[in-house]
Amino acid sequence: MDFTAVLAQIKPKLGCVADNLALIEERIGQAQAAGADLVVFPELAMTGYFLKDLVPEVALRLDSPEIRRLIELSRGISIAVGFVESTGDYRFFNSALYLEDGAIKHLHRKVYLPTYGLFDEQRYLARGERFRAFDCKFGRMGILICEDMWHLSSSYILAMDGAATLLCISSSPGRGVEGETLGSAAAWQKLTATTALFLNCRVLYCNRVGYEDGVNFWGGSEYIAPSGESVVRARLLEEDSVNALVEEGALRRERIFSPMLRDENLFVTMQELRRIEGERRQ
Amino acid sequence: MAALAANAELLRKILVGFVRDEVHKVGVRKAVLGLSGGIDSALVAFIAAEALGHENVHAICMPYKTSNPESEAHARLVAQACGVDFSLVPITPMVDAYFGMFPDADNMRRGNKMARERMTILFDHSAQYSALVLGTSNKTELLLGYGTLFGDMASALNPVGDLYKTQIWQLSETMGVPREVIEKKPSADLWAGQTDEEELGFSYRKVDELLYRMVDLRLTREELIGAGFGPEFIDTIYKKVQNSHFKRRLPVIAKVSNRTIDRDFRYSRDWGK
Repeated sequence: MDFTAVLAQIKPKLGCVADNLALIEERIGQAQAAGADLVVFPELAMTGYFLKDLVPEVALRLDSPEIRRLIELSRGISIAVGFVESTGDYRFFNSALYLEDGAIKHLHRKVYLPTYGLFDEQRYLARGERFRAFDCKFGRMGILICEDMWHLSSSYILAMDGAATLLCISSSPGRGVEGETLGSAAAWQKLTATTALFLNCRVLYCNRVGYEDGVNFWGGSEYIAPSGESVVRARLLEEDSVNALVEEGALRRERIFSPMLRDENLFVTMQELRRIEGERRQ
Repeated sequence: MAALAANAELLRKILVGFVRDEVHKVGVRKAVLGLSGGIDSALVAFIAAEALGHENVHAICMPYKTSNPESEAHARLVAQACGVDFSLVPITPMVDAYFGMFPDADNMRRGNKMARERMTILFDHSAQYSALVLGTSNKTELLLGYGTLFGDMASALNPVGDLYKTQIWQLSETMGVPREVIEKKPSADLWAGQTDEEELGFSYRKVDELLYRMVDLRLTREELIGAGFGPEFIDTIYKKVQNSHFKRRLPVIAKVSNRTIDRDFRYSRDWGK
C-alpha cells in the first residue's frame, strides 16, 4: 500500500534525553498533523552520538517512562527512533525501535559498531546479533543502523527475509571536502542508491545534523525508490523534514522490470557461504 | 597539486555552521579573536562575522613595537571589510616590563612571551564580552608545531585547524578576504622582515602537499619518495610532527586512580549541549 513517511532530520543535544524526547514529540506532532503515516528519526536521536562514558547514564530500558511515552504516541502515527537501550544484564546497545498502534513492532540492535577513525562505538556498546525483517502496516520492513548498511550482507539478509522497505537511520559525520559534494554524503548516496537497485527495495534514509565537538553531521536524509532513484532529499547540514510518498506501484513496476530479487539464488549463496565458512575454520 | 584542492563553498558552509552552533550551544552569542593582519585570523574573522553577525565579533589587534606597521593597517582593513568590532591593545608596555627583568632573553623567549601576552588579553576580553575565543592556527602550523603552546595555540574553538595553509588561501578568496592580505608573505611578525617560509626553510605549498599525503592519505615513506619528495625533506617534516606532538595534547597526568581524566574518564566537550 502507499504510505507517507516523514524523515525528521533533527539535531539532538548530547546526553540530554528529556530535551531530545521533547524535540521528538514535537516532530511527531507535526508529522501527525501533516497526515503522515510514519515518522523516522535518526540513530541515537534520543541521546546524541559521541556519548563515550555517558552511555550508561542515557541508556533506557524498554519499560522506561520515555519509551512508554513513545509507544503511547505510536497510537497516532508509526514511529522509528534510535536510542541507547539498556538490558537487565547491564549491556548497552545502539538500538532502534519500530512502534505501531501502541506497541513495539520491532527492535533492532546495531550489529556493526564502527571502531576505527573517529568512531569508538565498540568500546562503549554491546553488539547486536541479528538482522530480521518484520511485518507492519506498510508491508515488510527491515531496520539498519548506520554502519550496518556498509556491510552488504545486512541489506541482503533483510531483503531475502522479505523486507521491501529498508529503514536506515544514521548519525553520519561529514568529512571529505575535496570534491563537488561532501565526501561522506557522496559515498552514502552511492550506497543507498546501489542497495535499492541491487535488491529492488526502497530505502528510507534518515541522518541527523548538528555538531558535536567540531564534528558535523551532514543530514541529506532521503527516500530512494526501488529503481535507485532519489525521490526526495533533505537539505545538507541543516535541520529539515521531508515527506516521502512511498508508492506501492513503484515497487511493483521495478520488480517486474528488473526481477533480480526473484532470480536471486539463495541455495547457491548458502552453499558457497557454508563452504567458505568451513574453509576458514581449517 | 590537485589533491589539496578544497570545495570552498562546502568548507564555508561547514565552518560557518560550526562557529554558529558551537558558540550558541554554550549559551553565548559572541566571539573574540586576535587579528594580526595575516590571512589566518582574517579568514576566521570573516567566518565568525558570517556565523554570528559582525556586531557579535570583537577583533583585537595586539602589536608590539617591532611589529610591522603594515600588519596593523591590514588588521584594520580586514575588520572594516567584514564589519567586525575592532580595538587596539598594544603589548609593548607589558612585554617590555617583563623583559626589563630578563634583558638577555633570546628571540624565541620574546616571541613566546608575546604570544602568551596576547592570549591573556583575548581570554580577559572573553570574560568582558561573554564571548568565546576563536583560534586561528591552521593545520600546517599545528602539525609542524609552528606556534606557541598556551599562546596563539590556545582558544575555545578553532574553525581553521583542519585546513592546510593552501586551503586557507583558497577559502579566503571565496570569502572575500582583502587581496593585500591574501597575497602578502605569511609572517609571525616577531621582527622586521621575518617570513614564515624563510624561517621554516620550505614553502607552505610544498610542505602542504607532503603533509596531506603523509597525514591524510597515510602514504608510506617509500610511496612519498616515489611521489617525488626528497627523503631528507620527508624525514625532517616527520620529525617536526613527532617532536611537536606534545603541543597538540593536554598536559600528561600521572595515573593513580581507576578513572583518570581523558584516559578512562571520557566525555565529549559538548556534554549536555
